[in-house]
Amino acid sequence: MANMKAAIMVRNLTKKFYNFTAVDNISFEVEGGEIFAFLGPNGAGKSTTIKMLTTLLNPTSGEVEIAGVNPIKNQDAARKNFGIVFQDPSLDDELTAYENMEFHGILYKVDKKTRQTRIEELLKIVELWDRKNDLVKTFSGGMRRRLEIARGLLHHPKIFFLDEPTVGLDPQTRNQIWNYILNLNKKEDITIFFTTHYMEEAEKVAGRVAIIDHGKIISQGTVLKLKEQTHSKSLEDAFLSLTGKNIREEEANPQDRMRLRHNMWRKNK
Amino acid sequence: MTAIYILWLRQIKRYLRSRSRIIGSLGQPALFLVALGFGFGPIFQKAGIGNYLDFLAPGVISQGILFTAIFSGIDLIWDRQFGFLKETLVAPVPRLSIMIGRTLGGATIATIQGIFVLILTLIIGFRPQNLYLLPLTLSFMFLMALLFTALGTAIASTLNDFQGFQLIMNFLVMPLFFLSGALFPLQSAPPFLQIIAKVDPLSYGVDSLRTTLSGISTLGVFTDFLVLGILTGIVLIIGSYLFSKIQI
Ligand SMILES: Nc1ncnc2c1ncn2[C@@H]1O[C@H](COP(=O)(O)OP(=O)(O)OP(=O)(O)O)[C@@H](O)[C@H]1O
Ligand SMILES: [Mg+2]
Repeated sequence: MANMKAAIMVRNLTKKFYNFTAVDNISFEVEGGEIFAFLGPNGAGKSTTIKMLTTLLNPTSGEVEIAGVNPIKNQDAARKNFGIVFQDPSLDDELTAYENMEFHGILYKVDKKTRQTRIEELLKIVELWDRKNDLVKTFSGGMRRRLEIARGLLHHPKIFFLDEPTVGLDPQTRNQIWNYILNLNKKEDITIFFTTHYMEEAEKVAGRVAIIDHGKIISQGTVLKLKEQTHSKSLEDAFLSLTGKNIREEEANPQDRMRLRHNMWRKNK
Repeated sequence: MTAIYILWLRQIKRYLRSRSRIIGSLGQPALFLVALGFGFGPIFQKAGIGNYLDFLAPGVISQGILFTAIFSGIDLIWDRQFGFLKETLVAPVPRLSIMIGRTLGGATIATIQGIFVLILTLIIGFRPQNLYLLPLTLSFMFLMALLFTALGTAIASTLNDFQGFQLIMNFLVMPLFFLSGALFPLQSAPPFLQIIAKVDPLSYGVDSLRTTLSGISTLGVFTDFLVLGILTGIVLIIGSYLFSKIQI
C-alpha cells in the first residue's frame, strides 16, 4: 500500500472539563482493517475519546487523525471516513424505524438501490422488519438499540466506531450483529473500533485491546499479551487485575438525568 | 441538496404528526382575535381610526408566525437532549446544509401555521382588501418565518438545556410581539415606544402584512422587505457559525 498511515492515530490526547481531566494524555494507533477494543470501567473516558475522534468534541490538547485526516481542523473531510453507533440514544422518536434508516441513508449518500436492499437486510437481521412502519416511540429499549445498530451499519465507511453497541441486547441478537460486523471487516476491510463491558465479547473478536482507567491508558496489546502480562486465564481476569475491583461511581450529568426523567415519564404513560 | 431536503422533510413529518401542537398553537391567536378584536373594536371605531379587525388580523397572523418560528428553531434543544442531533452532526454533510435544511423546515411550518391563522381571521370576519396581493403576503410571511426560525436556531445552538427557555420567552418573544405594533397603532403611541418599535424586526413583518392585506402602511413595504431580508441574512450567517461550533 502506498498510504501506510494508520486508520486511527491518537497522540498525547487530553480532554479537560473545567479542572477535571476526563482523558489524560493518551496515545495509541489502530491499523487499517484492525478490530480494536477500547475497554475500561464506567467513567474511564472511552466515550469522551470517541467524541473527540468523531468531530463532536474538541480536545484540550493532543493530536488525532482519522484515515489520515485531522477531525478537528478538517471536520467535513473526516466525517466522510467513519460511521458511528453511539452509546446514548440518537434516534428520532417521531419517525418510523424505516424513516430513521432512510434518513440516515440519504444523509450518508447511499444510493437508492443499495439503500433499499441494505435497509431490508439489516432490519431483518435485527428482527425489526415487521415493525418497520411503527414509530420509534412505541419501541422497547432493546428494539431501539437494535435499530441504532442497524442504522449505523447502513453505510460502509473506512472506520466504524461502536460505543457499547450490544449493550442490553439478548445473546442471539448480539451474536447475529457481531457476525455481520466481522463479515464487513473481512469483506470490506472496514476498521472496527469498539467499546464494551462484555469482556468475553472483546476476547472473542478483538485483535488488539487498550485498557483505559481514570483517563489514562494503563495497558495495550493483543488479548494474549494482556493475559500473559497479568497471569490471567481470561480477558475479564486480566481486566480486573489491571483496573482493580472497586466499583466506579459515575456522576450523571444533567443531560443524562433529563433523559432518564423523560424515559420514566414515557414508561409511566 | 438531498441533505437539505431530507432535513426539511423530517421537520414537516414531525409537524404533521403532532396534531395537538397544531391546534394548540391556534388557541392563542384565536383568543387575541376574539378578546381584542371584539373588545376593542367599538372603541377603535369611535376614535375614527377605522376597522380594528383590519388592523388586528395582520398583527395576529404575525404573532402566529413569530411563535411557531422561534419554537421550531428552539426544537434544536430537544434534538440535543434526546440525542438525535448527534446523528446529524457526524454525517458527512456540511453543517451549513444541516442548518439550512432545519431552518427551511421550521420556516415552512411557521408559514403554514400563519396561513391557518389567516383562515381563522377570515372565519371571524376579516376580509383582505386585494386578493391579488395574496402571493406577496405569503412571501412576506415566509420571509418573517425564515428570520425567526433562524433566530431560534441561533439561540438554541448556544443552549444546552431548557433552563434558558423561560428567559427567551419573557425577554425576547413577548417583547418582540408586544412592542411591534401588532396590537396598537404606532402613530399615536408615545415617541419612545415608536423608537423601540422601529428596532423590533417584527414591526416590519406586521407592517408588510398590514399593507398587503389591509392596505394600511406606516413603514412602507420596500423598507419592510429590505429590513427583513438583510436581517435574515445576518441571522443566518451568525446562526450557521454558532451551529457549526456545537459540541456534544
Ligand atoms: N460534558 C461533560 N462535562 C463534564 N464532565 C464530563 C462530560 N462528559 C463526560 N464527562 C466526565 O468524563 C468522564 C469520562 O466519561 P465518559 O463518558 O468518557 O466515560 P466512559 O468511559 O464512556 O464510561 P461508560 O463506560 O460509563 O460509558 C466521566 O467522569 C464523566 O462524568
Ligand atoms: Mg461511554
